[in-house]
Formats: sequence, C-alpha cells, structure tokens
Amino acid sequence: MQPWSRTQMAGRVAVDIPEGWYCNLGIGMPTLIADYIPQGREVVLHSENGILGMGPAPEKGSEDAWLINAGKQPVTLHPGGSYFHHADSFAMIRGGHIDLCVLGAFEVASNGDIANWATSENDSAPAVGGAMDLAAGAKRVWVMMEHTTKDGRPKLVERCSYPLTAMRAVTRVYTNLAVLDVTEAGFAVRDLAPEVTMEHLRSVTAAPLADAREAVA
Amino acid sequence: MIDKIVRDMAAAMEGVRDGSTVLIGGFGAAGQPDDLIDGLIEQGAKDLTVVANNAGSGRTGLARLMELGRVRKIICSFPRSAGSVVFEDLYKAGKLELEIVPQGTLAERMRAAGAGVPAFFTPTAAGTKLAQGKETREFNGRPHVMELALPGDVALVEAWEADRWGNLTYRRSGRNFNPVMAMAATLTIVQAQNIVELGEIEGERVVTPGIFVNRVVNVRRGAPWA
Repeated sequence: MQPWSRTQMAGRVAVDIPEGWYCNLGIGMPTLIADYIPQGREVVLHSENGILGMGPAPEKGSEDAWLINAGKQPVTLHPGGSYFHHADSFAMIRGGHIDLCVLGAFEVASNGDIANWATSENDSAPAVGGAMDLAAGAKRVWVMMEHTTKDGRPKLVERCSYPLTAMRAVTRVYTNLAVLDVTEAGFAVRDLAPEVTMEHLRSVTAAPLADAREAVA
Repeated sequence: MIDKIVRDMAAAMEGVRDGSTVLIGGFGAAGQPDDLIDGLIEQGAKDLTVVANNAGSGRTGLARLMELGRVRKIICSFPRSAGSVVFEDLYKAGKLELEIVPQGTLAERMRAAGAGVPAFFTPTAAGTKLAQGKETREFNGRPHVMELALPGDVALVEAWEADRWGNLTYRRSGRNFNPVMAMAATLTIVQAQNIVELGEIEGERVVTPGIFVNRVVNVRRGAPWA
C-alpha cells in the first residue's frame, strides 16, 4: 500500500482544477495546492484578507510586510491581481463568486457536513476565522485531509461528532488513500492510492462506500 | 476650510468615552493601527468592547490594552493565534467576555451598520453552534441566520495616504477591515503614513471617501514588521 504524500495529494487536487476558476485555498495543507497547478493554466487564487491573483511566496529577502495571505505568510501578487477590503472579499465568498474552496477538516460526513473549526463542544474559545463563510458560500467545497486521525480514527463518518462548520457543503474529498465524491447516496470512491484496496478503505472509514471507479482498461 | 488632520495623538483621541465600542482595523500586522491603540491606552478610556479580527498578540498594542484591564468584551473571528497569550490568560480567568463571529459575518455586520441596514440573513453558520439563539429563516429552500448590524462608537484605522478631507488609500493587504470599520463608526480616527495635498489622491484612487472619516493623525511608522 502506498498512500499519497501531502505533496502528491496537493498535485492530485491541482490537476482537477480547470483553467479560469477562482479558488480559495484554506490554511494548512490546501495551501500546498498552489505549487502544483499545471504550468500555463490560469487559476486565480483568492485570499480572504483581500487579494485576488495571489502569487507564490517571494524569494527570501524580498518579502513585503504589506502583502500577506490569510495565514499571515508573505506572498506576491500576479499581474492582473487586485486588492479589496474585507466586506468585498467576503462578498466574493458569500455571494457565490468563488468557484472552489479547498478546506482541511477534522471530519466530513456522508451527507457533506463538515467539521473543521472546533474539536469539542466544550472548547469555548475556538477560532472560526473564515471557515464558515467559505464552507457555506463557495460554489464548491472540496476537502483535503488525511484519511484518519494520527491515532487511526476515521475522519470520514456518517455523522460529525465535532461542532459543525457547515451543513451539506462538501462535494469531494481528497485523502492520502482515496478521492471520493459526496453524492445523494453518500461517499462514492473515484480513485484509490496505489495498492490501496476497497476492503482496506472500508476498514478505515466510518461510513458506507460505493465503488464508483471507472473500469480499468 | 475642512481640515480633519489633527496635530497630535491626544487631539486624535479626545472624547473617547468609557464603555465605547471600538473597531480596530488590521489583519495580522498589516493595516493594524498600533499607534492609535497606544494613543487609546494613553487616553484612558475603559470598559471597552473591542471589535477586531484577532485578539492581539505579544504584550503590545491590543494585547497591552487588554492586559491593562481596559477591555470588557472582545468580538472577533480568530482569538487564538500565535502569541495570543494575554487573551488566553484573561479569558481563562473569566476577565474577558468573548463573542466569536465568522469573519465574513463580522465584516458584513459592520458594512451593514455603515449602510443603515439593521440586520440581514446569511447562510453562514446555519446549523452550527454559532447560530444558537439566533432567528433562522428559510430562503430558496436553505436555512439562513439573522445577524445584527455591528456599529462602533469609534473606529481606529490605518491608511497609507490621507488628505485634509479625510480621503484615504491603503497599502496592499493592509486594506482588510479598515474601510468597513471606517464606515461603521460614529467617530473614525485614522493614522496615515502619508499626508498629501487635497487632489493628490485622484478621485478614482480614493478607497475610503472622506465622508467616513473624522480625524487623521500623521504616523510615519514604516513597514508593519519594522
């Protein structure tokens, strides 16, 4: 069994993003996707602190303290990029103008519910940031995450146990083991990492899985 | 002659009252009006409700204002971040009230206040614990949460250029919450890196029109990391 590495997962997501899409890549693992968008394909990256056309991290030594992304890391601006204030930035998100948002998650349920902001009902001061706006507002929400927690518990479940970020928001999940669509009937497996079997995937998933892989030629 | 440029920080902060709701711009260090926060510390107003995206970091600026016991409540989207030690200590000790608001709802609540919209419905947070206790209504087959406008008594804003009418520009991602906060407050106080002649910011370049601005103080502090 050869699970995908984080960079392989990022590459796997990146090839599925068509030219012309406006995308918001969540803090953490999804940020890696930016480095794997195929050369020559124009995908416009949005950062919720008011940037469209965000470029890669600058060379060391040429960081600009005025130009940071939502994770507060220095970034650059592509030609054609723009700046705007927070209400406009979230109008892009909440108004359904962002084609795709890729988020990390603690749990995704088979009906598309996502939990990614608080790990317990008792965590009284969790940090939500823009997660609820993105999950509820983007045209499509994909999740990129490990298939299980560090101690091996499934993160794909029938019903989220952590506090929800949004209901029925997620349409696709990329893990280190598989690519899955969220359908009306639940999770449908589109692709498996090398040498991962459906049987193994079922053993680390707490929800039914349909096998929707295209027949191997 | 209209001249919103004040001579010093004391004049900028004059009349800020105890119990005020203070909107503080910035996202990370970019566009954060640190000198105005220091001015507010000096000025002495207390029992404040602060609205900001983050709950301060380190022991300066907003964190210092909180550590001095001057903040009763903070309304923000992301209280815990690297170095938010003062927030965590005060919050654990029960000395600080906290209201968590999704970042886009936070911006929109202030935009609504500035635009005279008392409340609005949004799908953000529907079905989550941040919607508990709020009116929910269905539109287009989808649940929406009613959110109230969030006006400020005072806004503290950092701008790049300002003229004597209070027209403003911002620098790159330093814009963030500053323009919506400027329009949402009764008294908008600006620290501007550059004061320019009226007309130097051409109409097309004005980001915040002076109508939203009351006072401007010149603070040439350089880059946010400097």
